[in-house]
Amino acid sequence: MTAVKFYQTGTFTVGNRLLAPEQRSVQASTERNNSLNSGHRACQGCGEALGARYAVDAAMRATSGQLIAANATGCLEVFSTPYPETSWQLPWIHSLFGNAAAVGTGIAAALKVKGRDRGEKPVRVIAQGGDGGTTDIGFGCLSGMFERNDDVLYICYDNEAYMNTGVQRSSATPPAARTATTQALGREPGAVFGQGKNLPLIAMAHEIPYVATATVADLHDLEAKVERAMAIRGARYLHILVPCPLGWGAASHDTIRLARLARESGLFPVFEAQHGEITAVQKIRHRVPVADYLKPQKRFAHLFAHGGQAGHPEMLARIQADADKNIRRFGLIDAAQEA
Amino acid sequence: MPPVEAATRPGGHREQIEGSVAVARAVALARPEVICAYPISPQTHIVEGLGALVKSGQLTPCEFINVESEFAAMSVAIGASAAGARAYTATASQGLLFMAEAVYNASGLGLPIVMTVANRAIGAPINIWNDHSDSMSQRDCGWIQLFAENNQEALDLHLQAFKLAEELSLPVMVCMDGFILTHAYEPVNLPDQAEVDAFLPPYVPRQVLDPAEPVSIGAMVGPEAFMEVRYLAHARQLQALERIPQIADEFAQRFGRRSGGLVRAYRCDDAATIVVALGSVLGTLKDTVDALRDEGQKIGVLGIHSFRPFPLAAVREALAGAQRVVVLEKSFSVGLGGVVSTDVRLALSGLHLHGHTVVAGLGGRAITQASLARMLHEAVAGTLPPLSFLDLDWRIVNRQLEREAAQRRSGPIAENLLRDLGSMPAVRGADQSERAERRAAPKPARVPSGGRPTDPSDEGLP
Repeated sequence: MTAVKFYQTGTFTVGNRLLAPEQRSVQASTERNNSLNSGHRACQGCGEALGARYAVDAAMRATSGQLIAANATGCLEVFSTPYPETSWQLPWIHSLFGNAAAVGTGIAAALKVKGRDRGEKPVRVIAQGGDGGTTDIGFGCLSGMFERNDDVLYICYDNEAYMNTGVQRSSATPPAARTATTQALGREPGAVFGQGKNLPLIAMAHEIPYVATATVADLHDLEAKVERAMAIRGARYLHILVPCPLGWGAASHDTIRLARLARESGLFPVFEAQHGEITAVQKIRHRVPVADYLKPQKRFAHLFAHGGQAGHPEMLARIQADADKNIRRFGLIDAAQEA
Repeated sequence: MPPVEAATRPGGHREQIEGSVAVARAVALARPEVICAYPISPQTHIVEGLGALVKSGQLTPCEFINVESEFAAMSVAIGASAAGARAYTATASQGLLFMAEAVYNASGLGLPIVMTVANRAIGAPINIWNDHSDSMSQRDCGWIQLFAENNQEALDLHLQAFKLAEELSLPVMVCMDGFILTHAYEPVNLPDQAEVDAFLPPYVPRQVLDPAEPVSIGAMVGPEAFMEVRYLAHARQLQALERIPQIADEFAQRFGRRSGGLVRAYRCDDAATIVVALGSVLGTLKDTVDALRDEGQKIGVLGIHSFRPFPLAAVREALAGAQRVVVLEKSFSVGLGGVVSTDVRLALSGLHLHGHTVVAGLGGRAITQASLARMLHEAVAGTLPPLSFLDLDWRIVNRQLEREAAQRRSGPIAENLLRDLGSMPAVRGADQSERAERRAAPKPARVPSGGRPTDPSDEGLP
C-alpha cells in the first residue's frame, strides 16, 4: 500500500521503473538514448542540461531516433561541444547565436526535398536555444519559422538571462532581478518592471499548431509535451524554465525546487495551446507567496531586508501582483479551490 | 559590352533575355534543392525568376523559401546544405552586410552554398546602383569570389560555381554588376539540361546531418586548434586556385566557350601599360584599348575573374612584362585607396613597375570610354597620380570641405562657455534663464583618446 503512495505519478515524480512501461519517464528506461551524454561541462545543478537531456531524449523516443538538432550559441552549445569532444549522440549542428530557427528550417527543407521527412522512418527536426538566442537575437528567425509554419520544434531553455556571457539581462529577465546589466542599485534595483517579452504568448499569436510551457520540476510533463509536439507537423514551440544556479545565485541542489516554486507561485504559468488557443493548464497544487520562490535566489536579495538593508516590500508586492494576474489570466487555480 | 561568342557545338540554344533571368535559368539547370529568397535591388529578378520556375513545377524537386531577412536566407541555406541539399541564394549590398555573420559561418563550416551577389554600393547615403563595395567587404570571409564580365559569363560561372563549391566543400559567390548586367538584355547561350547534368554531378556532402551516422557540426574550437582551422580554409582556397582554371577548361571543352578562370588577358603581349579590372567594365575597357591601339598606344587589359582566391602568380606573370600598371576598381578602402590594388601590388612586389590606382564608378557613376581614354593618356604620359578618382566632381567636394571648415562646432571650450553663459542663443524654452544659470559652472572638458573634446553642454542636464 505504501508503495503505491511512494511511487505516485504526480507532479513531483521524475520517473519510475515500477510503472507500466508507457507511463514511465524516458529517463527511467534503460533503453534511453542519452542524446546529451555525461561528461559535458555544465555547472553542477544546471537546469538547462537537465531540461535538454529530457527534452531531446523524449524527442528521440518520439521519432524512433530519427532526429536532427540545430543549436544556437549559448551555454548548451559551449558546455557540450568543446572540440574535439561532443556530448551529442544525434546529428547536431551549431551555426550562430541568432539563427537556430532558420537553420532548423533549412534542415527541414532539405529533408522534405529529399523525401526523408515522410515514409517509414521520417526524420524530424528540433532547434534549441537559450532565452537570449530565442527572445532577443534570434527572435526574427524564430518568428519567420513560425509564420511559414516550418516543420520544426523550437525549444527555448529559459534561464532568464545571458548566463553564458556572465549573467546579463535578456528580454526574458523578470522584473527586479539583479543581473550584470540590471544592477541592484538605485531606487528601483534590478530589472525594470513592465519590460520584456512573453514569448509563449507571442508564439501563440502566430497561431502555430502547438505552443507549450514546462519546467524541469515536472519532467514527466516535459517529456509528455515533447512527445505531443513531435506528433504534430508544422511549427511548434516549447518554452522550458531551467533555473541557473550560477546566474540566479541559488544552491545547486535547489534547481528543481525553484522551478517548482516558480510554477506554484504563479510566476511561471504552465500550459499548452493549439492554433493560438489555450487547451490545457497545469493547476497550482500548493499555492505559495512569490517571496518563497524569490528568497532562495541572490538575484532577488535586494528585495528582502537583510544586514541592515531595508529591502523593497513595494517591489515584492508588484511581483506578487504579477503572479496573481497570471493566476487569474490562465486560470491556474480552480475557483472552488480558491474559495 | 563585347559580343558574346557564338556556340561552337550543337547543344543548347540562344536567347535574348535579361541577365537576371539568365542567371535564374542557369541556377535552375544546376538543380538546386533549396532556394532562399529575400528581395533586394538589383538582385530581385533572380529570385523572382527562380520562384516562378519552382511554383510552375518546372524546377522540381526544390524548396523555395521566402525568408524574413538575408541573415535568415544564409542561415536556411546553411541548414539545408548541412543536411545534404544543394542550396542557393542571392543578395546585394546592405543585404550581404546583414548576412555577413552567416556568410563567415557558411565558409567556416565548409558548406558549398552558391550565392549570386548583384554588386551594389553600400550606404549611407543610400544608393542602389552598381559598384563592388558589397562583395569586397566580404573579401576575407573564406568564400570563393568569382566576377562575371558579361551575362554569358555570369550564366556559365554559376554552373562552374556549384561544381567548384561541392568539390572543395567551400561556398562560392558569383559577383555580377548590379543593373549593368542583371537588368541588361543580351543574347546568351543556354545549355541543355542533359549537358549540365553531365558536367555537374549531384551534390555529395563531405559531412552530412543524418541520424544513420550522427556528427556534431560547429563545435566550439579553442586556441589549440583555431589557427589550424583557419589555415585549412586558406589551404582550400589554394586548392581552388588550381581547380578554377581546370574547371574553366572542362567547361570550355563541353560547352564550346571559355568563361571564368583566374585571369584573362586582352592585348597584353606587347603592352607597356596594362589596365587591371574586374566585372562589366572590362568590356568598356577593351573597346577603349582597341581605340588607343589604333593610335599606336601599347595598352592591354587584364581581367581578374577569380578575386578570391587571388591569383598572385597569374597576375604577376601577366603583368611582369609591362612598364606601367593601372588598377581600375569600383571599390574603395576609405583611408587607404583601392581594395584590389593592394592585392595587385602584392603580386608585383619586387618588380619595379609604375603602379596606379583609379577608383571609378562608385554608386553607379558611369564609366565612359572618353574618361577612360583620358585617364590612360595621362597614365602613358606619366602624369597620372598614384591614386585618383575617375570623374570626381571636385566642385562638390571642395564646396563641402569649405563649408565644413567654416561651420561652427561645439569643439572649442571657450566658445561653449560663452554659449553656456547665455551670450549665444543655444537654449530654447521657458526655463532658459534657469538652465543658463545651472550651466554657468564650467565643467572640465573630457577629451576621449583620438577625438576632439566633447561638448560639456550635452551631459548632466535634465
